[in-house]
Amino acid sequence: MSALPWLHPERVALLEAALAERILILDGGMGTMLQGHRLDETGFRGERFEHGHDGAHAHHHDHPGCDLKGNNDLLTLTQPAIIRGVHEAYLEAGADLVETNTFNSTRISQADYKLEHLAHELNLEGARLARAACDKFTALTPGKPRFVIGVLGPTSRTASLSPDVNDPGFRNVTFEELAANYRESAAGLVDGGADIVMVETIFDTLNAKAALYALSELFRERGARVPVMISGTITDRSGRTLSGQTAEAFWYSVRHARPLAVGLNCALGAADLRPHIQTLADTAECFVSTHPNAGLPNAFAEYDETPEQMASVIGGFARDGLLNLVGGCCGTTPAHIKAIAEAVRDYPPRALPSEAKEAA
Amino acid sequence: MPRHTRLSGLEPLVITPDLLFVNVGERTNVTGSAQFRKLIKEDRYEEAVEVARQQVANGAQIIDVNMDEGLIDSEAAMVRFLNLIAAEPDIARVPVMVDSSKWSVIEAGLRCLQGKGIVNSISMKEGEAAFLDHARKVQQYGAAAVVMAFDEQGQADTAERKIAICSRAHELLTQELDFLPEDIIFDPNIFAIATGIEEHDNYAVDFIEATRELKRRFPDCHISGGVSNVSFSFRGNDTVREAIHSVFLYHAIQAGMDMGIVNAGALAIYDDLDAELRERVEDVVLNRRKDATERLLEIADRYKKKKGEAVVETLAWREKPVRERLSHALVHGIDQYVVEDTEEARLLVTRPLDVIEGPLMDGMNVVGDLFGAGKMFLPQVVKSARVMKKAVAYLLPFIEEEKARTGDVGKNNGKIVMATVKGDVHDIGKNIVGVVLRCNNFEVIDLGVMVPTQKILDTAIAEGADMIGLSGLITPSLEEMSHVAREMQRQDFRIPLLIGGATTSRAHTALKIEPHYKSPCVWVKDASRAVGVAQSLVSKDLVDDFMAKIRSEYAEVRERHRNRGPGKQLVPLDKARAQRFTCDWANYLPPQPARPGLTVFDDYDLAELRGYIDWSPFFNAWELAGHYPAILTDEIVGAQASELFRDAQAMLDKLIAEKWLTARGVIGFWPAASVGDDIELTALLPSPSGRGAGGAGAGEALTSGATEPSSAPSGAPSPEGRRESAIVLHHLRQQADKPVERPDFCLSDFIAPKEHGKRDWIGGFAVTAGLGIEPHLARFHAEHDDYSAIILKALADRLAEAFAERMHERVRREFWGYAADEQLDNEALIAEQYKGIRPAPGYPACPDHTEKTALFQLLDATNNAGIELTEGFSMYPAAAVSGWYFSHPGSQYFVVGRLTREQVEDYARRKGWSREEAERWLAPNLDYDPE
Repeated sequence: MSALPWLHPERVALLEAALAERILILDGGMGTMLQGHRLDETGFRGERFEHGHDGAHAHHHDHPGCDLKGNNDLLTLTQPAIIRGVHEAYLEAGADLVETNTFNSTRISQADYKLEHLAHELNLEGARLARAACDKFTALTPGKPRFVIGVLGPTSRTASLSPDVNDPGFRNVTFEELAANYRESAAGLVDGGADIVMVETIFDTLNAKAALYALSELFRERGARVPVMISGTITDRSGRTLSGQTAEAFWYSVRHARPLAVGLNCALGAADLRPHIQTLADTAECFVSTHPNAGLPNAFAEYDETPEQMASVIGGFARDGLLNLVGGCCGTTPAHIKAIAEAVRDYPPRALPSEAKEAA
Repeated sequence: MPRHTRLSGLEPLVITPDLLFVNVGERTNVTGSAQFRKLIKEDRYEEAVEVARQQVANGAQIIDVNMDEGLIDSEAAMVRFLNLIAAEPDIARVPVMVDSSKWSVIEAGLRCLQGKGIVNSISMKEGEAAFLDHARKVQQYGAAAVVMAFDEQGQADTAERKIAICSRAHELLTQELDFLPEDIIFDPNIFAIATGIEEHDNYAVDFIEATRELKRRFPDCHISGGVSNVSFSFRGNDTVREAIHSVFLYHAIQAGMDMGIVNAGALAIYDDLDAELRERVEDVVLNRRKDATERLLEIADRYKKKKGEAVVETLAWREKPVRERLSHALVHGIDQYVVEDTEEARLLVTRPLDVIEGPLMDGMNVVGDLFGAGKMFLPQVVKSARVMKKAVAYLLPFIEEEKARTGDVGKNNGKIVMATVKGDVHDIGKNIVGVVLRCNNFEVIDLGVMVPTQKILDTAIAEGADMIGLSGLITPSLEEMSHVAREMQRQDFRIPLLIGGATTSRAHTALKIEPHYKSPCVWVKDASRAVGVAQSLVSKDLVDDFMAKIRSEYAEVRERHRNRGPGKQLVPLDKARAQRFTCDWANYLPPQPARPGLTVFDDYDLAELRGYIDWSPFFNAWELAGHYPAILTDEIVGAQASELFRDAQAMLDKLIAEKWLTARGVIGFWPAASVGDDIELTALLPSPSGRGAGGAGAGEALTSGATEPSSAPSGAPSPEGRRESAIVLHHLRQQADKPVERPDFCLSDFIAPKEHGKRDWIGGFAVTAGLGIEPHLARFHAEHDDYSAIILKALADRLAEAFAERMHERVRREFWGYAADEQLDNEALIAEQYKGIRPAPGYPACPDHTEKTALFQLLDATNNAGIELTEGFSMYPAAAVSGWYFSHPGSQYFVVGRLTREQVEDYARRKGWSREEAERWLAPNLDYDPE
């Protein structure tokens, strides 16, 4: 586990130096940006999937396939220019780290589109796209290195909740299945050049624990590790994850992975997340991250917190020393990220709990 | 950051020195509890879960789960039990200790825990390699570990060996691995004492001394043990065993033991022990004299409890004065003692009415205050009301007697006549409001559902009512309420009018109802507001200020409405039609139904429907906001939601087992083609002779029981008296100004246009789960049990919705069969992840309720499913759902939204209506004010 050496020690050194110096900026929402392109089924399919299922895998022609519209992760393969464009828009806006377009790039999630076989490829190519974008911007301003965060999403299933009300003991996915899924996807991310792997939008901590288990197995196999970030989701104002944990219980459940950072994202806007970020800042010995939504969705499921509103709330987080990394989730755009970056620029990052306290 | 052990269930458990001693519940252990073993062996998992619940309720901070028993599949039992308790927030809040001597069982358990638990245990009994391998896995799964003082030579019994083995384990864990010292919990082995074997006499002392030294060497680690082992030789004498545990723990804790597996409900307090018993137990535990065991045996029998003696639940509140007992019973919703307490209270006062106006109302005021402050929730209030009603029912004969004698009638806050308006059968919300008002000493005269205006008004006059409350769910009821208001004005009423129900709103009341009535007219958002509004309206001191405020609010709403400007401009009907949804019709192959014609389900299996229930609306009906299942663990309403859910599940069990309700349904498919915004279809219908438009003859299909339907195949010779008829369905089109690539939808867009000559189809359905509900509601009302009555109604609604969901699934997979291999779980169904839609007339995609006439005619739903249409096009039984089926892969739900006068006129022409008629039925959708 943490006894293993870093896979890219020089990248980790740069990252740690940057974290010691300032609050780092994560990127914002991917879905929001893709919606703007208004792609139709043909757009999603691109050339490779134009004629039915998968032109690159002829042997998969045994069934007709299904609609691929809405499979945002597939755009990594079919519309790479668009994805790269989103990454670059965020880098342009001031992001230090960009997240790969791999939120649903697991076998379980791709099964909705009968594209399970793409899991590894989507992660590999997703990381490569983000890598290329980061390297381009790092070359322009070598003093400000940019980093790729390989994203492992929650999948469409939950390991600790029953989908069947009559049988609360039933589960439609097991820890082992999730771990195998995550292992395959994480390998793709690492091979594609991710600097960090982030397990994010955690509704069910048991899913996350399967991901962390898979990462520990992958690192042991490779004999080296990359830094891990963990980001949970408080699903509503009850202050709990979907699987029922408080933020503090969530942190203790994943702390064994000894992550680079722990944080919260999605579901709530920044203001509603604040007490829970405070909890993590008080109890975590690692860095703390947050990438909230642009407020709560309105009646039309749109997010309407403006860059200025969001930045002013997050500026308060920074002023009070709660943050090491910050960005945006659903409904946020490069304009939000730019405003957030400006709002936190003049504040120092949250100090890690001192070693002196350790003796207590 | 201080080095504390940080564990978690749903909530954190940080083991700080302040905790002194962490109780690990031992009752969920098949090796330690015969009762639990029996439950697991007999597959009685629900009861086994209750054992865990009791442990936590009795103070266990962690629960130990052990399934090691030869005749049990331990891995499977561990997984099943852990998954079950994960669904119980009051258990899952604490961390779990996964206890097994088999590593495979431990690993299976760890894969079920979202929190950070404890492994019990790992040891060096199979050597260092296996020990380190297991320890590394514990780290990967994220758990702490109990390390047993056990090595290749065996279990350590002396203090020296206990210390030596634990120290070696500590070194391996922290040097070979990077195991956190605070995640190490030593178990230096607690063995039985007072066995009569001399070598055993010092076992407790060895444990205590080892504990002292280990805690000195490794202050961050913890010391634990299975406490009940120590008293094993006194099996059958629980008093002595508990005394031994208490004394042992007293000394072990002083030496540094800070965790223990104990029966959390049965720990005696050291200071409370009988002095003689304590002294003799202490001699045994501390091995202070040679004859200690005999001396304890001498007195042990004196402390033996009689068999069957059970711990009684805490009834301390029963010791309080009767006033407080009544208040307690009301606040906690306990109806067990209410009659005897009411009688006792009655004997203390001069008039029986004083009991109501005194202690009972005081208690209900506490309930009202707690509810108002958000400290109690609706289901609790309704339970409180049940207690109140029982008390009042008991007092009633005495009150009548008193009244006859003195003519004294007592007083209440006011009298309200409540009704669901004509044409509407929905009353769950109204009933809840009634209960809440009664709780607050209003007299409620509930006229029920589908009440004509004049009956409401006549009753109000006859009863001398202080106000009238109207309720309704479907959109035509809005118009009906407006009518009631106009009639009240015309008939010169002066009493306040209250408006409520799911489709009502402040805006609608301000715009369409209040202007018609000169006396107070107020919209009541939900049951929690009802009391405040009613009290303000009956109070001479409050009413003027209150109404001034309401009237200015409504005036403001009207002002805003007038000035809202064009908003989003609607497009002309031509333009909207040009931008219809379309597809490559020439190459489109409409799926042919596998079973055309009608299919009837006479007595559908409720147990099957249960799994299709969408629970979130059930909680919303009780004004508990949130989504199932997250709501069960919600910080604010979670406890109430869980209790309500348990009660609902219990009723559901009974309702299904005893067949309280009958579910009936009918579905059908007919060849159809779209013509503009209409859909034309042909169907076999009864001959028109002697039948009204909505009536219909006997079902075309044969009927059969259970879930296996029967049907008449299409193309069969027309049965006697029926003929092919053409029916036209009318639909409305969106007129939103959208970009060209986004269509302005109309349901007819999803059926192949006539000019393409394709044989396309439309389907229809009507299902109910509410048949037979009345006697059960009557029974609950007779028992003054509104709580159960409301649960039953809400469950019937849920079952009807579940029936619609299930039927749609079967239609997709079997009866139409265009998605034969679809596999979706209930969550996915609720999230509408299927192909094809089932829009219901009266809902956003087809807002005209009157289209139900055609649907019912096609399905002959009244005969085939026992569902009737009211004059307002509400369905009776209320727990019913009907709608259309569309199979087109591009079909989707949408909201028709606002309509221009142009489309309303066009629609009126197509329906053969006057424009005024169309405007009345489409009132909620009009984009203009009709004159």
